[in-house]
Amino acid sequence: MKKGKTNIVFQGTKEQEEQLLDFISRWKGEKGALMPILQKAQSIYGYLPIEVEEMIAEELNLSLEEVYGVVSFYSQFTLNPKGKYAISVCMGTACYVKGAQLILDELSKKLGIKPGGITPDGKYSLDATRCLGACGLAPVMVINGQVYGKLKVEDLDKILQKYN
Amino acid sequence: MIRSHVLVCGGTGCVSGGSGKIIAVLEQELKKQGLNQEIKVIETGCFGLCELGPVMVVYPEGAFYSKVRPQDIPEIVSEHLLKGRIVKRLLYQETVGSDSVQSLNNTVFYKNQQRNVLRNCGAIDPENIEEYIAFDGYRALGKALTEMTPRQVIDTVKRSGLRGRGGAGFPTGLKWEFAAKNDAPQKYVCCNADEGDPGAFMDRSVLEGDPHAVLEAMAIAGYAIGSSQGYLYVRAEYPIAVERLGIAIRQAKEYGLLGSNIFNTGFNFDLELRLGSGAFVCGEETALMTSIEGRRGEPHPRPPFPALKGLFGRPTILNNVETFANIPQIILRGADWFASIGTEKSKGTKVFALGGKINHTGLVEIPIGTPLRKIVEEIGGGIPNGKKFKAAQTGGPSGGCIPASLIDTPIDYENLTAIGSMMGSGGLIIMDEDNCMVDMAKFFLTFTVDESCGKCIPCRVGTRRLYELLEKITSGRGELADLDRIEELATYIKANALCGLGQTAPNPVLSMLRYFREEFVAHVVEKRCPAGVCKDLLTYSIDPEKCRGCTLCLRECPVGAITGTVKQPHRIDINKCIKCGSCQEVCRFGAVIKA
Repeated sequence: MKKGKTNIVFQGTKEQEEQLLDFISRWKGEKGALMPILQKAQSIYGYLPIEVEEMIAEELNLSLEEVYGVVSFYSQFTLNPKGKYAISVCMGTACYVKGAQLILDELSKKLGIKPGGITPDGKYSLDATRCLGACGLAPVMVINGQVYGKLKVEDLDKILQKYN
Repeated sequence: MIRSHVLVCGGTGCVSGGSGKIIAVLEQELKKQGLNQEIKVIETGCFGLCELGPVMVVYPEGAFYSKVRPQDIPEIVSEHLLKGRIVKRLLYQETVGSDSVQSLNNTVFYKNQQRNVLRNCGAIDPENIEEYIAFDGYRALGKALTEMTPRQVIDTVKRSGLRGRGGAGFPTGLKWEFAAKNDAPQKYVCCNADEGDPGAFMDRSVLEGDPHAVLEAMAIAGYAIGSSQGYLYVRAEYPIAVERLGIAIRQAKEYGLLGSNIFNTGFNFDLELRLGSGAFVCGEETALMTSIEGRRGEPHPRPPFPALKGLFGRPTILNNVETFANIPQIILRGADWFASIGTEKSKGTKVFALGGKINHTGLVEIPIGTPLRKIVEEIGGGIPNGKKFKAAQTGGPSGGCIPASLIDTPIDYENLTAIGSMMGSGGLIIMDEDNCMVDMAKFFLTFTVDESCGKCIPCRVGTRRLYELLEKITSGRGELADLDRIEELATYIKANALCGLGQTAPNPVLSMLRYFREEFVAHVVEKRCPAGVCKDLLTYSIDPEKCRGCTLCLRECPVGAITGTVKQPHRIDINKCIKCGSCQEVCRFGAVIKA
């Protein structure tokens, strides 16, 4: 998945920083510590802005390039913050066979953003995700952890209304 | 005294369908009726019949309630659990007998299966190690450590004929033997739980439903090859599995079944969980190890093989979840028992995640060698809406399709390879006549283009070019020579890509071209998509002769592309139309034409 740099100003708090540094200090010296630390950092900040990557590189005595290289390699790591309502449409094969593309296209049109994007007000973000494993409910989308299955294009308006 | 057990499925499918809420309401209702001391609610792993989720079973009767909603719970509690009257209307239809409840094992879905790997899924509470122990859990580890030498363990696995369930089918015992032979101060046992095939969820269900089986097997493998440290690499997209694995590891350590001096034998084995972060290539063994090391998950050429130089440069074995899940039973029941199941060269059972256009979406485990027809027509319950079976995809983006003409093929490693598909990890996606094979080939390539790590050019550039050729065809700009170009390029990529991802990426398009060439030709020559999927090649219109002006389609259209007044023929504005097909679905007069 393509990754662009965000234009949103970093607003990390002191508390978040302490939480991250504490986690890093527990992992420092362990083999292969970078991935778990990045995963923790993303769960703290919601995304991995360059400021956070710098902090991690500094603490682990790695170059920023190395950290950024890993972040940009894995699709779960995001350089952009997610919307207040994060919408993910499953694009696994089972969902695709049952029309997930139509769902994604329609959401993209309704929200005016492409998959991977976020609305200018920061309210909605839209992603096409890998298989979520809920194939019995295909096609599936997830909004902030709530799963909607057996979707039809006609259902979308009603569902989106709940997230206003 | 507990007189009844209620087992509620806590697999991802049912949880997504609301089983968490069902458990909450159930417990609340039981309390209200004063039954919480005599009836126990257990959240289990996946039952397999995901299509009917959320599901729950009440024992001792074995009453199987399907598609349960929270509002059904008060009735089940007051009628069944309090008064002993089974609520027939909520039972899975096939289990309703004339005067009694039929056993779930007699339904077509279950009776044609042989559930060895999945034996505990849906039967035990995966978050309680004692339930696993009660089902013979950790007995195999005990037997291996106290009654067998490492050599004997390896021999047993070798003689069983078990082959890697991740897809390639390499003999597991042989892999262990190689690693055992290489002396090193530290060796590693890794478990590949980075189930990347989109539309496959076998491994996830095992991890969610029976996590200890995998831990136990990894410890046995550690004993066999002389390793004291294991890593379990699991997808971050599987939060329930990650959580249950964490609990399982903690409990096993508390019980002394992981850690140091296991069963007082002096054998030490520790296990750590590592999370993937969404990279398909990390299912490839060398890439997976690089990822555990905390780097970009790029593969590297073999040799050296991991058995010699793997994780952190040490001898390492890497097996997939399902492979490991077979091990404890092989140790307990013996190599001969395992080798008696399956075909000559492919032993045991295989779990498939059955999905797509099939009535019983879910998880099935069959003896290897079962014909595809049995899986589709009997276990799977056939194709919905009276449609025709067109093809089945195995092996996901690395595999190929099995067309209707080969539906009687017995499923094993050799047969599938011979017809241009592969066993794969177990994704089995059924397609019907409404699925376009050119579009499906393009779908799989979108996936591999996106997931190509970029290290080698045949994969990075080659798959992109293949994709562009398919894009050209589906948008109506294709020419016949493109079909030859696809074949030429695909063959080149297969021969030259660095790792398994690239070498297998052209498989779907090649097999679809092999069996559905006429469909590709229709796109190219007639500029027509026979299945009616490729949007650039079709338009919707309304036949003014047939339209009665009922306004149903007008109201149904999500984008307001249909205009017209009552009792007058309607029209579709093709500039607004998103070709979703809902107008055609609702029209009662067959007036909407897709061409």
